[in-house]
Amino acid sequence: MPVSSTGAACIEVERVKENAPKVLDASRLASLIEALRRRGYEVIGPTVRDGAIVFDHIESAEELPAGWTDEQAPGHYRLKRRQDQAVFGYAVGPQSWKKYLHPADVRLWSAERQKGTFRILNNETRPKRPLAFLGVRACDLAAIAVQDRVLTGDRYRDPVYSSWRDGAFLVAVQCTQAAETCFCASMGTGPRAQQGFDLALTELVDNSGHRFLLQAGSDRGVELLAELETLPATEETLRQEEAAVETAARQQVRSIDTTGIKDLLYENFEHPRWDHVAARCLTCANCTMVCPTCFCTTVEDISDVTGDHAERWRRWDSCFTMSFSYIHGGSVRATAKARYRQWMTHKLASWIDQFGSSGCVGCGRCITWCPVGIDITEEARAIRETGSHGNT
Amino acid sequence: MSSETRSKPARKPKIAVFKFASCDGCQLSLLDAEDELLAVVGAVDIAYFPEASRAMLKGPYDIGLVEGSITTHPDAQRIQEVRRQCKTLITIGACATAGGIQALRNWKDVDEFIRVVYATPQYISTLKLSTPIAEHVPVDFELRGCPINKYQLIELITATLVGRKPNIPSYSVCIECKRKANVCIAVARGVACLGPVTQAGCGALCPGYDRGCYGCFGPMESSNTASLTNQFHILGQSPEQISRAFRGFNAWSWQFRKASEECERQ
Repeated sequence: MPVSSTGAACIEVERVKENAPKVLDASRLASLIEALRRRGYEVIGPTVRDGAIVFDHIESAEELPAGWTDEQAPGHYRLKRRQDQAVFGYAVGPQSWKKYLHPADVRLWSAERQKGTFRILNNETRPKRPLAFLGVRACDLAAIAVQDRVLTGDRYRDPVYSSWRDGAFLVAVQCTQAAETCFCASMGTGPRAQQGFDLALTELVDNSGHRFLLQAGSDRGVELLAELETLPATEETLRQEEAAVETAARQQVRSIDTTGIKDLLYENFEHPRWDHVAARCLTCANCTMVCPTCFCTTVEDISDVTGDHAERWRRWDSCFTMSFSYIHGGSVRATAKARYRQWMTHKLASWIDQFGSSGCVGCGRCITWCPVGIDITEEARAIRETGSHGNT
Repeated sequence: MSSETRSKPARKPKIAVFKFASCDGCQLSLLDAEDELLAVVGAVDIAYFPEASRAMLKGPYDIGLVEGSITTHPDAQRIQEVRRQCKTLITIGACATAGGIQALRNWKDVDEFIRVVYATPQYISTLKLSTPIAEHVPVDFELRGCPINKYQLIELITATLVGRKPNIPSYSVCIECKRKANVCIAVARGVACLGPVTQAGCGALCPGYDRGCYGCFGPMESSNTASLTNQFHILGQSPEQISRAFRGFNAWSWQFRKASEECERQ
């Protein structure tokens, strides 16, 4: 039966109605996790471990970091108690979702010598169950989008990344507070998650109670949301939600001025600031390990003593190591200056030429988890303030 | 190599293990590699390994593993002969690669120690310094650690036998620590951890158990000890404490030596 234009409009109205924001009481958060598990997802979410909020396998809502928050500064992170029982009342932890989507160590294949021939064993590792990420911040959604482009955006798709990424269900959490190290607002990636999620959730704790505003971002999200016991959101709740996310933007004390940043960095290859930062940089590679968009890996071939068994492993690598730029005769980037400059210039400038966007999403992890607190926003500002601009 | 692929059995490479001033812990790592040791024994002739076997075959040897530092005149002579006997010479452990914990005497008057410690000091003949093997003879590969990691040793022997590059990284402990998804104790708890300036290889053992890195694997490839020293000050460490942190098993490595001496000057 042909659908008339009025019919199409009706479907559209229906869809909008279905997708209207809903309110879930905090006591029913467990039902969201249960609904995801019922659908066969392995739920990964935030939990407290070793003095930080990390991502791990989540069985129940009790494992979430209710009543905890984080205090962050350059080279500094402390887990702190909150006054309330907010579940998502923190900014970002040391780990990003690349822990799951782009794992640190992957066996690409193994092989065995049998009767004079060499047999490659098929040991592709596909997830047993699709993953559901609970608590994806706007910056991390932007980071996933960046890694999507880098690792699956052209005809050479990374099969490891794709196997985890395809079918993953993303539950975003809108930020209502910022850490001292956050600068997503200036990178245009947050604090509000606009797209790329299946479900977005904003936690509200105030006089009206402890509740979540839920908004579906995909058909899967609409379906899941329909299963939960929710109430329609009032105008008042929507206003409160708006204000809460604005608070997270307003609280941000760090920023990068991205105006013409590509040319700025390209033109300041010999700026004295690179020596200044090199004196502090440990070349320890922590910034690249915690960065949610850094994707570099190295490949290691290993064999046993008999030579009958061999394996090829892929591991996270970093542009801060000597071996990263090693070619016959030595490392191209032998100094800390060359390596820091390479990292920051790639992240903020040449990434744009290479992949069409900045490689930085403003999550601030590289600032917090640098053991000596090197601040990329400060380094970028120093170059802008004292560097050469244009060819004049 | 399986018998089918080989027309006639080639001579097995001969391995020798030599000990100088050390605690024997690194040699024990080889004996401790139970699962892999049988395969190693199958692939090589253990020609000289007094710690493990009375059988002692004469050199020359294909691979010589040297544990310990040089602390006496006879040892300084003996290492020359060991070098002549070994096609490939590999030093294992902090003593052999950096002088070991016994290099702490390098900052003190060793004659005074001898007078205080020994009942008959006249029997003691020793050098003023404890020094790594590479200060005496050319070394083909230095395997770090106090003690060494047995898996790294097996990897090094395997790679040497098949003629490929060993997968022994020289980057920081932090890379191993982050790959294991440990929470950084330096940042999250303010612990003075030597991980950022120390070479990987231990699997980030101590940070994984809530302890700061002790620097057992010596300085990493481009260790910036001055910057980490400054950070330790910020974390409330005194120059004495910082100096002591660098004066561990790898105290005499030039990077850690420089760092501790700069702290002493303050």
